[in-house]
Amino acid sequence: MLSALSLLLVCQLCGEVVVRWLALPVPGPVAGMLLLFLLLLLREGPGEELRTTSQNLLKHLSLLFVPAGTGIVVHLGRIGEQWLALLLSLLLSTVLTLLITAWVMQWCAGRKA
Amino acid sequence: MTPPIGEIWVYLSASPLLGLTVTLLAYQAAHWLYVRSGQRPLANPVLIAVAMLATLLWLTGTAYETYFAGAQFVHFLLGPATVALAVPLYTQFKRVRSMLLPISAGLLAGSLTAIISAVLIARLFGADLATQASLAPKSVTTPIAMGIAEQIGGLPSLTAVLVIFTGVLGAIVGGRIFRLAGVSDPAICGFSLGVASHGIGTARAFQQDEQRGAFAALAMGLNGLLTALLLPVFAGWLIQ
Repeated sequence: MLSALSLLLVCQLCGEVVVRWLALPVPGPVAGMLLLFLLLLLREGPGEELRTTSQNLLKHLSLLFVPAGTGIVVHLGRIGEQWLALLLSLLLSTVLTLLITAWVMQWCAGRKA
Repeated sequence: MTPPIGEIWVYLSASPLLGLTVTLLAYQAAHWLYVRSGQRPLANPVLIAVAMLATLLWLTGTAYETYFAGAQFVHFLLGPATVALAVPLYTQFKRVRSMLLPISAGLLAGSLTAIISAVLIARLFGADLATQASLAPKSVTTPIAMGIAEQIGGLPSLTAVLVIFTGVLGAIVGGRIFRLAGVSDPAICGFSLGVASHGIGTARAFQQDEQRGAFAALAMGLNGLLTALLLPVFAGWLIQ
């Protein structure tokens, strides 16, 4: 577990460095994900340890969003004033995005088949 | 001599231990409820945990900054977890390669829909400029979205909250929407969930199966990249 965790952190660190160095508009962890992906292509797959560690980390991915979500307490005033716009925007836009992405993909996949 | 309870509270409220502990406890309780409910999407563990913590902060009069001093250790793990998404992505790479056209088309359509519809609907119902700019990157994973919001005149910490509620909404309605739309391919469902609802949609997709999860993770990464490149270009024109 320890070496897998180190590998994840090293990838993230390299990602941060590359992003800052080249002034890319992408956050470090996403660049780190791409780096690890390239590494896996080169090594032809993750070892057992990396596989289980990432599985464990991703099993509770939801937990990691809780601290930022609790930040809602800072914005209660603004949310209270504009709640209707926020609610409709979030709800309708999410439904539209799901529908359009799924339909476009299905249409393209069907045309090819 | 035992010190009065007030002194213990003063010590605890100043240490990161308390924020970290209540975050884990609230999430465990929320996760327990989610499992007990038969994993009903409405019992989303993020939603319940956030509601519990927000109530707790309000009842104890604790500032969010004080709470976050402890909770930041959990928040930090978002970085390595994002890197770890490369593993399921690699596992599904064959399927991804065979679907390059639907993936690119779906990504572009979904990314633009997410940005434009969020801003226009909010504008229609009277949201101010800062709110519109904070909403624009709402379908993108938290760290990217906060960076974009800052760049285009939004409030990064408000964006973080909106991003999370977008994720929760997608996780709640996703399954029903796909059934109504007649979409059943797990790769397409997973990818759409990742485009619309980033990491929380991905977490929900992983609970269903690995293929959905991997496609959601791919979509989350790609949509993060695309939105970071696209949105700053036309934000000035869109947000008015």
